[in-house]
Amino acid sequence: MAGARELPPDQVLVQRLRDGDEETFALVLNAWSGSMLRLAMSFVSTKASAEEAVQDTWLAVIRGISDFEGRSTLKTWVYRILVNTAKARGTKESRTVPFASLLPEEEGPTVDASRFRAPGEEYAGHWAVGQEPRPWHIPEDHVLRGEVREVITEAIDELPPRLRTVITLRDVAGYGSEEVCSLLEISPGNQRVLLHRARALLRRKLEEYLSGTHHVAGGRGRA
Amino acid sequence: MNCDDFVELVTEFLEGALPEEDERRFIEHLPECSGCESYLDQFRQTIATTGELTPDDISPEARQQLLTAFRDWQR
Repeated sequence: MAGARELPPDQVLVQRLRDGDEETFALVLNAWSGSMLRLAMSFVSTKASAEEAVQDTWLAVIRGISDFEGRSTLKTWVYRILVNTAKARGTKESRTVPFASLLPEEEGPTVDASRFRAPGEEYAGHWAVGQEPRPWHIPEDHVLRGEVREVITEAIDELPPRLRTVITLRDVAGYGSEEVCSLLEISPGNQRVLLHRARALLRRKLEEYLSGTHHVAGGRGRA
Repeated sequence: MNCDDFVELVTEFLEGALPEEDERRFIEHLPECSGCESYLDQFRQTIATTGELTPDDISPEARQQLLTAFRDWQR
């Protein structure tokens, strides 16, 4: 469980940043820039543009930290600046992601209908023969776990932008539902629809990957 | 509850957002269906693995520029 980067509590962080403590600034920069970059990617078209949005955000934080009122957590405040900065860039690049309502392709079943028994059949709506999910064994081996994470990273990159945004905030950055709703100005129900669809797509990718490697694992003498 | 309904309710279940009656039917379905039990477990594993991702990072140059900007602003 390496990488549990414990930051000091907000009050301490903010005071040290105001005092110009470079070590503290480096600490938050390291802790948050990565997930900020991923989040920014949801609103702009290129990685370069996302990186600029992150940089602009940090510059705004440096200039604005003395005015930070502590009405939200420091991290939420920083991320909100990022969302606004990235959105403004996205608008210029005509790539806006309005969250007010769901797109048609974001609704409907998240599991392929062919995996269930068809209407009219006995046990309609239940898993079809041979289609039911089988228990997984995510490898504990360090290298193989790295491969599994690679599969998920790629799958996230391939997600439609709005799904990517929500799952990045919720499951990668670890935000709660309320925070995400307020950052993205989205209703709790719609947020759950997007999150569920994103998770279902990732689960499917993992399922494909793990069923493909099973016999390899077997060949390595799993008793 | 049918399996094709079950799979659509997993996130709502995990968030504690299901209405009481739906939650009861969701839970009652589990011991009856190993496929859905696996599906729920796989969802949990997917979420846990996603939480292990180390996000991309900004370039060392960008990082250095920001550290310099922080130092200069304080002067």
